[in-house]
Amino acid sequence: MTVQLMQRLLERPVPATIVVVMALGLTAWGVAHVPRSVVLFMLFQASVLLLYFSRMPRGLKLLLTVIALGVLMPVLGTINAYYMEIAIQVGIFVALALGLNIVVGLAGLLDLGYVAFFAVGAYSWAIFGSPQANLIFGGNHFPLSGWWFFVFLFVGVGVAAGAGILLGLPVLRLHGDYLALVTLGFGEVIRVLANNLDKPINITNGPKGITPINRPPIFFEPLLRALGIEPNPYVIYPLYLYALVLLIVGVTVLVNRRLEDSHIGRAWEAIREDQTAAQAMGVPLVRMKLLAFACGASFAGAVGVLFSAKQIFINPESFTFMESIGVLAMIILGGMGSIPGAILGATVVTVLNLQVLKGFSLWLNELRNAGTVILGYNLANLPTQLEPAKYERMIFGLILVLMMIFRPQGILPAKRRVRELSEP
Amino acid sequence: MAVLLEARGVTKRFGGLIALNGVNFELEEGRIASIIGPNGAGKTTFFNVFTGLYVPEEGTVSFRGTRLTGLRPDQITTLGVCRTFQNIRLFKSMTTVENVLVGMHARVDAGFWGTVTRNPPWRREEQTLWSRAAELLDIVGLRERANELARNLPYGDQRRLEIGRALASRPALLLLDEPTAGMTQGEARSLMALLRKLVADLGLTILLIEHNMRVVMEVSDHVTVLDYGEKIAEGRAADVQKNPRVIEAYLGRRKWTPRAETGSA
Repeated sequence: MTVQLMQRLLERPVPATIVVVMALGLTAWGVAHVPRSVVLFMLFQASVLLLYFSRMPRGLKLLLTVIALGVLMPVLGTINAYYMEIAIQVGIFVALALGLNIVVGLAGLLDLGYVAFFAVGAYSWAIFGSPQANLIFGGNHFPLSGWWFFVFLFVGVGVAAGAGILLGLPVLRLHGDYLALVTLGFGEVIRVLANNLDKPINITNGPKGITPINRPPIFFEPLLRALGIEPNPYVIYPLYLYALVLLIVGVTVLVNRRLEDSHIGRAWEAIREDQTAAQAMGVPLVRMKLLAFACGASFAGAVGVLFSAKQIFINPESFTFMESIGVLAMIILGGMGSIPGAILGATVVTVLNLQVLKGFSLWLNELRNAGTVILGYNLANLPTQLEPAKYERMIFGLILVLMMIFRPQGILPAKRRVRELSEP
Repeated sequence: MAVLLEARGVTKRFGGLIALNGVNFELEEGRIASIIGPNGAGKTTFFNVFTGLYVPEEGTVSFRGTRLTGLRPDQITTLGVCRTFQNIRLFKSMTTVENVLVGMHARVDAGFWGTVTRNPPWRREEQTLWSRAAELLDIVGLRERANELARNLPYGDQRRLEIGRALASRPALLLLDEPTAGMTQGEARSLMALLRKLVADLGLTILLIEHNMRVVMEVSDHVTVLDYGEKIAEGRAADVQKNPRVIEAYLGRRKWTPRAETGSA
């Protein structure tokens, strides 16, 4: 009933705009006043989703999206710094999911080692943006100044794309299970390399990881001072990184959409559907598959560079097999081959991990400490092993299994473009 | 008339089985020719050798004097040979018009940067691609179904879409593997009319594998008969039909009087 009413409201531009603006405003106002409420913050996220589903003129929609993500979110992020952290992480995973979506969703090449490209990007900046490179090349020329970070965004893209082609070449003849196995192996090889390349030449500093990694300079500092704002690095950096993430995600979405709706995207989908037929219709399999691997990897590379600057410290632990599976789960959950699906999947999974499960654990702990009795059972006796945060993977698995049963096409499955053909 | 496609001594083996045994074949430009033969005679194998899906153990295939043997299927398509499949192989989750657009891949000039930046040449080309796709859908009569998923099309439409998709690569030679299979006599007739029109309008050359004898007799200028991987007869349709070896291959070694419709499989 309420769902139907909502749908009908969102279908017409004027009521839709009113509903969305009110939802965004109210939830943002709520979060601003009760910054610690996880529920309110999630309602704010839901109203951004509402914005996506509503029907209104494209320009207006874009404007509202920019206001929600570019103004409201940073404001809320300064009120509660943890929300900014979540937003940055969501952004990173959205870019990763969109990259993997090209390889798995469009071209149909199951890649279980995707995090390797993220690692390659992250290590490329970590090594040169920290004193680590001095151990490799000798002398004392490193770390490179923060300005090089922007150069390395492109270096990360290039190196990751190269790694993508390197992985692509030997697996060109494989499909299905065999391809999945080899890519899984590749992911592990990169992680193990990072773990062991501290001898004979110390390149990655092994399991101890690399730190401190330089951050991009706050080049607009004089501007802020001129505006009478005293820049506090603890406030500015999260906002700055958030803006960079937003920029990367924006570029990723744009490139994704343009590739998808072109002869390149159509060739990828044809390969996914029937590669023999695709080749017989003139699609060069080798070139298009390598292009898919390189494109997918390049987004991971760029976002990896950003990740290492954000973390200041990276080690091989950040690039385990479970990360690859996590990103894959995001696009399966959202809907294979669908850009909005990948974005939603990445957001849902990240928020679930960082907020819902952790929040639930916290709440349960509070109840336990207070000795609350539910149905004659004293929560103080509840074993600590039953904390929801420890069941992250299990809950995740359950959600995926349920999805496969009830909605195998994902939450927002890929829609076919319907286009009117011009009159002859 | 110039020879468009030529096969010299093509032999293809699968383990102990000899699917094609030193077959010679010539196809002249501007014709509709048919390959017939009982099931398992090696007809589809022959097509797969032409289009690069199989590499023959011996012999060569050349198209307009260019050697095709050893080239990849997509390179052969770029040279101007395109095909349909016996068991329909459309891109099922894509729309009708998208299937045709994929068929044009070999003729797209835009590169990666043009696509990402959507520069004016890219825009112009994309527009041409779509209007050509619309024309092709008109030719095969699927304009109304342009935005339907290929998997939802009726059987006959799927067959015609395969032809439309193959035409999209602007072939000089079109290879059709049992295009009328599963069609009613009426549908088959209108398809044949379409093929004749294509030959007349676009200057195509068409090679068919066909079991429907009425279609073969009606449409083809030239018939080649394969049996157990060997060419047992070729020539004008009416002559081939009377050839005792052909009758034997189809009906076995007993005295039968030749009929207009020698059994289809």
